[in-house]
This record gives sequence, C-alpha cells and structure tokens, in this order.
Amino acid sequence: MLDTSEKTANPVPVAGKEAESTFSLDKKNKNKSRLGRGEKWYGYLFISPMVIGYLVFVLGPIVAAFGISFTNWSLYNEPALVGLSNYDKALNNDPVFWITVGNTLVFSLGLVPLNICLALALALLLKQKLPGIGFFHTIIFTPVVTSIVVWVIVWKYIFATDAGLINQFLKLFGIQGPAWLYSENWTMLVIIIVSVLKNVGLNMVIFLAALHDVPQLYYDAARVDGASPWRIFRSITLPLITPSIFLATTITVIGSLKIFGQIYVMTGGGPGTSTYVMVYYIYKQAFQFFDYGYASAIAFILFAIILGLTIFQWQMRKRWVHYEQ
Amino acid sequence: MSSNSGSLRNPNSGRTFRKVLRTLPTYALLSLVSLLVVIPFLWMVSTSLKDQTKVFVFPPQWIPDPIVWDNYPKVFERQPFQLYFFNSLYIAVTVTVGTAIFAALAGYAFAKLRFPFKNVIFVVLLSSMMIPAEVTAIPLFIGLTNFKLTNTHFPLIVPPILGAGGMFGVFLLRQFFITIPGELDEAAKIDGCNPWTTFWRIMLPQAIPALATLSIFTFLNSWNDFFDPLIYLSSKELYTLPLALSTFTDQTGTDWHLLMAASVMATLPLLLVFFLAQKRFIEGVALTGLK
Repeated sequence: MLDTSEKTANPVPVAGKEAESTFSLDKKNKNKSRLGRGEKWYGYLFISPMVIGYLVFVLGPIVAAFGISFTNWSLYNEPALVGLSNYDKALNNDPVFWITVGNTLVFSLGLVPLNICLALALALLLKQKLPGIGFFHTIIFTPVVTSIVVWVIVWKYIFATDAGLINQFLKLFGIQGPAWLYSENWTMLVIIIVSVLKNVGLNMVIFLAALHDVPQLYYDAARVDGASPWRIFRSITLPLITPSIFLATTITVIGSLKIFGQIYVMTGGGPGTSTYVMVYYIYKQAFQFFDYGYASAIAFILFAIILGLTIFQWQMRKRWVHYEQ
Repeated sequence: MSSNSGSLRNPNSGRTFRKVLRTLPTYALLSLVSLLVVIPFLWMVSTSLKDQTKVFVFPPQWIPDPIVWDNYPKVFERQPFQLYFFNSLYIAVTVTVGTAIFAALAGYAFAKLRFPFKNVIFVVLLSSMMIPAEVTAIPLFIGLTNFKLTNTHFPLIVPPILGAGGMFGVFLLRQFFITIPGELDEAAKIDGCNPWTTFWRIMLPQAIPALATLSIFTFLNSWNDFFDPLIYLSSKELYTLPLALSTFTDQTGTDWHLLMAASVMATLPLLLVFFLAQKRFIEGVALTGLK
C-alpha cells in the first residue's frame, strides 16, 4: 500500500556500511551495547509526547467519563454520586433514549447493506479494464473528500419541498412530491441515501484493492473449467475477499452508529423524533442541557454497543472468513 | 483453448459488437451512480451563480440566466468568510504538521529503537483508536473549560495531534519504518549518529511517501471536522468553515444562492487538490479503512 520504491537511499550510510564490513565484528557489538543504553532514553523521549497525549486526552477522559456517568454532574449543580441511576433512567425511564436507539438501528440497518452491496457492485464494475473507467472511479470517490456539512446542505436544498430539484423534477411529470424532510415516512430514507452516496466510494476503494489482490491464476483456471461468471464470483471472488468485506462492514457499522453531522444539519432530529439518533442525543444532553452525568451514561452505553459489535464481528470473522494471510 | 481458436478466425464484427454491447450495462450503472454524485456539485455551482429571484424558478435552470458573479463577493459582505477560511486553513496545516512530526518520531522509536515495555506501550496507545470520540468529549470539554481553553482553537489543534487521531499516525509510521532495512540505521549508528540524528537525517527523508499519505488523511479530517468546532467554539470569529456553513442557514433565513456560493468556495480548493493528486488522496483516505 505504501510506496517504498521511490526512496533514494542516502549514500552516506551505505558507503559507511561498506567500509564498516571490513571491521571486526567485536567492535560492532561493543558499539551496540554502549549505544544501547542511550537508545533506551531516546526511545522514551521520542514516544513521550504521544504517551503524555494518551494520558491527558484519551485515558484520563475515558476514566473520567466512566466516573461522571455515576454522578448527577451538570452545569447547575455540584456533582454527587448517584450510583446507577443515570443508567437506570436511560434504560427504564426515558422513552426518548429508546427512540434514539431505535432510530440509530434503523439508520444502521438501512445504510450498511446498501453501502456494502453498492460498493461491492461498483468495485466489480471498476475492476474491468474498460476505457474511461478511471473517470468514474474519481467521480464516485469525490464525496468522500467533501465536507459532510457541505454535502448535506446541498442535498437539503435538493430535497426541499417546493423548490427542491427532486420535487421540481417530479412536477414535470405532474407528480406532487412529498415533503421529504418534514414527513416521518421519508426523512430517514433521505438521510440513508445521502449518507450512502457520501461514503460508498470509501468501501469501493477498499473492495477494489481486495479484488486486485485475487490471483488471476484462479480466474484462468475456473474459466478453463468452464465456470459461469456467477459461479466464479460465488466460489472464487467472494470467499477470497471476505476479510475485506468484514473489515468494511465493521467500519461502516461503527460509523453508522455514530451518525451526527447529517442529522444536525439536515433535520435536527425531526420531524418529531423520527431521526433523533444516539450521538445527537448525547450532544443535546451534554452540550445544550449540560447534563454531563446523564450524557456520559448514554455515551458509555453507545461505547458498550460498539465494543460488543466489534467483538461479535471478530468472532464471526473466525467462523466465516476462510482465507486470510 | 477457445481463445486460441478465436484468434485463428478472421476478426468477426458481430463478435466485437457483442463485446461492446456487453459493456453497456457496466457503463450505464456507473453513469447512474456518478450522476447522483455529480448532480449535487453541479447544482451547487449553478445555484451559486443565480440571481436571488431565480433560485426557486420552475422549471429548474441549470445554466443561470443571468449569471450573477456578484454572489461571491456578497458572501464576504455578509460574513467574515475570509476569516473562517483562514481559521480552517491554519488549524488544518498545524494539525497536519504536528501529527507528521510526533507520529514519525514515535513511529520510529516503536519500529527501530530498543527499550523496555516497548510493545506493551504500543498496544496500549493503539487501543485508543477503538474509543469513540463522543465518549471522551464530555470530560475533555469540562477539563478544557476549567483551563479556560474552550472557545479557543486549542481543542481543535492539540488533542487531535497527541490524542487518538495521532495514534493512527504512529501506527502508520511504525508499520512504514519497520519495512526499512535494519542495516541502514546500524550503519548510521556506526558512523556516529545518535538516534536523533539517525531519525532526522536518514529515516525522516525515507518516510516522505508515508508522511504524504498520512498528511492528506490528517488534513482532510481536520478541514472537514464538524463535531469539535461545534462543541468548543462559541465566538463567531473563531469559527471554521464547516461550522460557519452550518450556521448560514439560520441567520440569513437560507439565502440559498449565497449559501451555495460559500459552499463552492469551501469545497473547491480541496477538490482541486484531490483531482491533481488523486492517487495519493485515495490511498490516504482509504487508510481510514485501516483505522
């Protein structure tokens, strides 16, 4: 993946090495042990910024978040321990929490299969050596490098009820389009489609790399045996790229559970609570209502879900993935 | 065998025709998806050049009549757009440079230097990539508020360099330095280089391709980041582009032609760089896949 071919080796150390090869091995080893002691401190010195960063910006906050989730800390009152009551509230006494979980799952279940299947189909098409294929590759990847805010703003305009491009287009055929972003039936679907188009290029690139790694030999052999294209796909391509499919699925599932930007810019959780998702709820609780304790508890539930899914997929991977280097 | 017999025959025009015909569904499907992706960009540019009265006209105008270039300067009159642009740019550049330096330094140490607990520390650092930013955001916000660092650019610069985002760079650079043959730094050592000079003079120049890939990835993440600016910034003069764009809607009652002009300006520089350095770009972004 990384291009290591274009490095032009510094001539000095190479020349030094050649000269060195005539020296006795003894001296070399002595040098090593003398330098080895200093090396230790250089090692710690070099990693120290990242270690400090880890303690201050990762480990500290995660421990703190866990602690905060057992308090009633908010902007308006002094923190006091409240045991499990935040978790109890979320799981048993807060219908909105379950709505956000449900909406997040609906989004995830809609987005992931669509994204993976489309990305795989596109990768299979792009794998063919046809004229102009690189052009499509570039175009479909473009939204990946575009800001989610810009992407969603434009789509919001396209899906606008009266003046939106889609409804104007439908009007040409005499169809009165729905209020896409103000109808509980349509809004989630719109968000799923917009999100798929934004990110499908990423999985496409991952699959394309995997497809290129499948040895041509297998295809040739299958063709000699008279296998149909479908059969080749089922029996050669698919089994050989399952590791990539698993990787892409894991990333996409986790990403979909953390959906936020689309919701914030496009719907604000509405209409009603139909697109109110977990991270948006965490954001609201923590940074608008400043209820840090409750927000941390929800964040930890999300963390637990993500961790559980990651472990689950790892287990499944062992069972389903046949060929792994 | 069959292809052999085919080449012995005269080129059969019916056959090539069928071949072309068989590629048609491929092109049709690719065109359809590409069209869905391109339409938002074209519509954005088209709307950004429309007169305010033509924004909602039916049927939709793809080529604006008249073409109003004035929308672009108008964006700057409405909002300190150049300031947002500058904020986004300098934050992204600082994060990119900082990540490159610290990730390369730590990556080199993890790959090439010997010190106790090296692998344990590495795995522990790496585990931070699994933790969702949404979980750490709340305590970070409280902590940074205590140090009076919210509503500054500090949270957008330092935690991304030294926090979970930077760990990915460490991982990437370590994987890269491991592929560099050990003789090279052995030789440098014997020539009297200490680990620092070996790193600076010999290893870092080798790592430029890997750093370029990492930098694209880092720059994009920083430039497009929305969640952090949203929670940390409250003064308008500190806004970054995505945050500023997200507030455009509320303030002006959505002047779509101006919002689109601003969006074009926020997107165009990045897209131009993308089209010029696509291969590296796709490589860099696909690295998210490794994350």
